[in-house]
Amino acid sequence: MKILVTVKEVATVEDEFEIDGTEIAEQYLGADLNEWDDYAIEEAVQLQEDGIADEVVTVTIGPEDCEQTIRQALAKGADRAVRVWDDTLEDVDLLDVNAKTEILSAVIEEEDPDLVLSGVQAGDDSFAATGVSVAENIGFQWGAVVNHLEHDLDDGIASVRRELEGGVEELTDIELPAVLTIQTGINEPRYASLRGIRQAQQKPMDVKALADIGVDESTIETELELTDMYEPESESDVTTWEGSADETASELGDLLRDKGVAQ
Amino acid sequence: MTDVLAVADHRRGELRDVSYEIITAGRQLADETGGDLHLAVISGTVDEFAEKLNREGVDAIHTVSHGEEFNHDVYSQAITQLYDDLAPQFVVTPNSVNGLDYAPAVANELDLPIVTDTVDLETDGETLIATREMYGGKVETTNELEGDAIVTIRGAEWPAAEGTGDAAIEAFEADIDEDAVGSTVSGFEEVGGGDVDISEAELLVSIGRGIEEEENLDLIRDLADTLDATLSSSRPIVDNGWLPKNRQVGQSGKVVTPDVYIAIGISGAVQHVAGMKGSDTIVAINTDPNAPIMDIADYAIVDDLFDVVPELIEEFEG
Repeated sequence: MKILVTVKEVATVEDEFEIDGTEIAEQYLGADLNEWDDYAIEEAVQLQEDGIADEVVTVTIGPEDCEQTIRQALAKGADRAVRVWDDTLEDVDLLDVNAKTEILSAVIEEEDPDLVLSGVQAGDDSFAATGVSVAENIGFQWGAVVNHLEHDLDDGIASVRRELEGGVEELTDIELPAVLTIQTGINEPRYASLRGIRQAQQKPMDVKALADIGVDESTIETELELTDMYEPESESDVTTWEGSADETASELGDLLRDKGVAQ
Repeated sequence: MTDVLAVADHRRGELRDVSYEIITAGRQLADETGGDLHLAVISGTVDEFAEKLNREGVDAIHTVSHGEEFNHDVYSQAITQLYDDLAPQFVVTPNSVNGLDYAPAVANELDLPIVTDTVDLETDGETLIATREMYGGKVETTNELEGDAIVTIRGAEWPAAEGTGDAAIEAFEADIDEDAVGSTVSGFEEVGGGDVDISEAELLVSIGRGIEEEENLDLIRDLADTLDATLSSSRPIVDNGWLPKNRQVGQSGKVVTPDVYIAIGISGAVQHVAGMKGSDTIVAINTDPNAPIMDIADYAIVDDLFDVVPELIEEFEG
């Protein structure tokens, strides 16, 4: 079977930062593989190692800069990558769920995988909606917030656990083809080996513009407009203990004794 | 098109708290659009649920009796049909695990924009202004869209609706296409049993990403032993397999209410805070003075945990 994994390069933000209009000023930003997608990649690679998947393909919406992140996925074991970018996406502050759905759906329809794995959410915009939206759009089944996947996929069924709130898991059987959104903790993502990193440089990466995948610019017009960004107002009335580590530890020690929870 | 349709959440025979919060959020939007608030409750003991949901501000409750538990295909079909019937301006659903399993599908099916995990909503009847967070809560953003939309709301951001309402309760005969139902729930399982119940502890020493490496956990174990405290953690520690699931505090873990909660190297993501904000006294040890945990902490030490924790151990050993 063929597995497609959606991979996103997310922006990371330093502890201290400044906001420039509706963006965080560039000097405070870093870039990394989306944490949730890392688990999705690992799950796909494990299915390949178990002899269930024949091919693992990644798909990314992003500019050339994010190829380093895509190579990380290839270094961990994905076979090849598709990257979609277009000048028309350059000035979009926030690519909304519908726009991402149109682009990813076009690639999935072209690739025709049996299973799509996608991180539950992205660490930057945190929509947590694209995987399910894509599934509905292309007529696949789906399961959101999956933290366990049975690796036999017998009879075209994915038996999964969905992580509900409050320490409860739902056991669900989902017909393939399907999109599963993958929750952290489903596995232990590997570090890329040096050999993997070397091999990744040789693996194919297709770069496609919207026209190449048959997506009309007008269909991905983002309906949601980001109009303001600011640091949340702190409602904190915290008492901060000042001083050296032994002084602050001593303050905490006094508190614990006062509260009667430690002697 | 000024009405609002809100969808209740329930599990294993119980309405979830967010079902009452969604009434408040939905009522607020309906007041701003000048429309009615419709509530949908789908699957399970819908008549019983409808009675409980009949609180102040609800104009109509539509019950869809189909199956016992949540199924996203049933929800999607029922909501799509209700939308066609009622033509609301906004559909409001919980940003719960189940909400996120059907709301994006409904949005796509109805060709509506979706904005998830909102913490504030406002409309003048045409433009919707939705407030949500990005970058793990480091920034808040406002987002605008025109026309109809689906929004999911974060739990505990709106107060629960109270009082008794006089809503019209009506059974909605949804035409559910069983062939389109492609997933089957076979059961539920409680996770994280085991040796320790962290929800019973009086003093919790809780560790997060700041611990960096698994071997550093020994330092925190020493602290817990010295203080005779119970060890708990935020999600990443459990995801890494460094502690078992029964130690996880948060939305998908345990809710704890100790006398003192010491959050060490925990930034305080909303999912974590949901599990520990009821602690009597919260102490944060973190190098980042702007970490979200500081918003709910009573006391803070802005310092490196590897400097502070050994001093604390020494204080109680010595």
